[in-house]
Amino acid sequence: MKLKKTAAACTLACAAMLGAAVPAQAQISGDVIRIGLITDMASLYADIDGPAGADAIRMAIADMGGAIAGKKIELVVADHQNKPDIAAAKAREWFDTQGLDMLIGGTSSGTNLAMSKIALEKKKPFISVGAATSALTNEQCSPYTVHYAYDTVALAKGTGNAVVNAGGKSWYFLTADYAFGAQLQNDTSTIVKAAGGTIVGSVKHPLSASDFSSFLLQAQSSKAQILGLANAGGDTINAIKAANEFGITKTMKLAGLLMFINDIHSLGLKATQGMYLTDSWYWNRDADARAWSRRFFEKQKRMPSSIQAADYSAALQYLGAVKAVGSDDADKVLAHMRKTKINDMFAKGGYIREDGRMVHDMYLMQVKAPSESTEPWDYYKVVQTFKGEAAWTTKAESKCALWK
Amino acid sequence: MEIFGIPMQAFAGQLMLGLVNGSFYAMLSLGLAVIFGLLGIVNFAHGALYMVGAYVAWASLEYLGLNYWAALVLAPLVVGALGALLERTLLKPLYRIDPIYGLLLTFGLALIFEGLFRERFGVSGQQYPVPDLLQGATNLGFMVLPNYRAWVVVASLTVCLSTWFLIEKTRLGATLRAGTENPQLVQAFGINVPVMVTLTYAGGAALAAFAGVLAAPVIQITPLMGSNLIIIVFAVVVIGGMGSILGSILTGVVLGLVEGLTKVFYPEASSIVVFVIMAIVLMLRPAGLFGKEK
Repeated sequence: MKLKKTAAACTLACAAMLGAAVPAQAQISGDVIRIGLITDMASLYADIDGPAGADAIRMAIADMGGAIAGKKIELVVADHQNKPDIAAAKAREWFDTQGLDMLIGGTSSGTNLAMSKIALEKKKPFISVGAATSALTNEQCSPYTVHYAYDTVALAKGTGNAVVNAGGKSWYFLTADYAFGAQLQNDTSTIVKAAGGTIVGSVKHPLSASDFSSFLLQAQSSKAQILGLANAGGDTINAIKAANEFGITKTMKLAGLLMFINDIHSLGLKATQGMYLTDSWYWNRDADARAWSRRFFEKQKRMPSSIQAADYSAALQYLGAVKAVGSDDADKVLAHMRKTKINDMFAKGGYIREDGRMVHDMYLMQVKAPSESTEPWDYYKVVQTFKGEAAWTTKAESKCALWK
Repeated sequence: MEIFGIPMQAFAGQLMLGLVNGSFYAMLSLGLAVIFGLLGIVNFAHGALYMVGAYVAWASLEYLGLNYWAALVLAPLVVGALGALLERTLLKPLYRIDPIYGLLLTFGLALIFEGLFRERFGVSGQQYPVPDLLQGATNLGFMVLPNYRAWVVVASLTVCLSTWFLIEKTRLGATLRAGTENPQLVQAFGINVPVMVTLTYAGGAALAAFAGVLAAPVIQITPLMGSNLIIIVFAVVVIGGMGSILGSILTGVVLGLVEGLTKVFYPEASSIVVFVIMAIVLMLRPAGLFGKEK
């Protein structure tokens, strides 16, 4: 009994001491600022984010000096293998046992939706960089989730409008059979119909399908003018290859709804020239982007994708906010991030909206012909810039309860 | 004319594509069946060897300027030699213990190969051009078939049937089968059984590499190309009957066709239809369609 009392007294005293000690220094929980990245490290999306994305975050940490107010900044990385259950379990483990302060979500929509739920439950900031689904800031929006780089609505508004305006009125979709593909097809269909186009049909294919010829033949027999590729990474690449081989490209025009510079690099300019695509960033667009990209290139021997650039920017902005408020408290840091304009190599004048969307310019680009490309990785012409709000879900369209 | 609401033309086209994919399955499952049937090893490294074959083709064009036809010979030789090396150094000590160890070892090897290639080449993949001779496409009336795909069917069926003939109908094949059934006895006749076993594994590996070269021009060459395919190929071997050579060839082609039709009628199921069939076959005939109960 006596022992118990002593223990209780000690606990109280210790708690009081801790409570008194913390405000004196910067309010950094666990004496370390720990950032987590959960992404596809080895599978079909690993080149657009993956280990090089983790290195981009490390660049941001190094640029912040590796520490804030004497507290070390750390990065932990895990591979979610594109499985939402793995992503959710890892996020939960990190928040519960590792004192994780902020989580960055890499590629794949399903995994990011799962991580967003965990972050909401744990009341910790979650910055989704690589995911495409607009549901993150729409039906499933959360006060703790920031959607940073791009989303399916912006892709649809960019590429969808451009293609319809260029005369591509009837569409057929080749769609990856998971959350992202369905959302991208859905958002693009809305844009196409609003612009006066029609949707003739669609076919769903499994993720990492080994052969696309069968799906492409079905698409061709639909007699649609445009084949909308609502997939990504290796699936888009293999679909475009097969479309060239089977002569689909003679009767239909391809519209890659989500393509990264790595896909273009892999396919080559000859197979992709003239294609339109929408992206949140391009390394060769302005001087800031070029300067940062050359640094990235030195280590990685390839130019960064928009996701890798956004990884850097997201980490930099988060750490900047931690520094400004002198704390890693989730609500304080997020409040500061929401009221601060984002100006770096990724975005100019960007800001985080009530629904969690980071609003910044988006770019409609056209792939150069081999003769127009002046150096390796010089692949795009920027044909249109969607300024600020123009690219994203509008308040009228939004179903997010936080933005009413 | 229509079949279940699908125009006859489209239907025939899909069957043709099923045949093309089926001949890939046949070719890969053949190598697995040979290795399992003669050595009793469940070779999980098969997909990785297929991937290495494709990379050898790509590298020999990129760095040595060797064309497709040279690669078709070179890649099976290189990968066959790699297979012989693996058999001699790693698999050999495992023959006397539980087959599960061979399975684990080859699975580990597959992960190592994939990891090494991923580290070196990334996952976006490399391009390999269709050879000049097979450029273009032929209009079959119901569909436009790229010449290269037609060549894939011819080449893989030729290789499949010759392998079957070699093992089931020649004296060499008979010795091979006897050697794995009763090594001591065959050894007593003055035949070097360990060398034969090594050559068999090398042969299986060479078949995987040949399939890899055939696939190189039609799909993106990535470190993951093998693991995307190998599980289906295993299902094919199990359905055909583990170790049955003719069984794996026929099953490969037929499942390619079934999968092709699934892509038309219910595309979402196309990635699982093979496994559904596997489950049914295992319930009704545990040894597979062409396998013998032991």
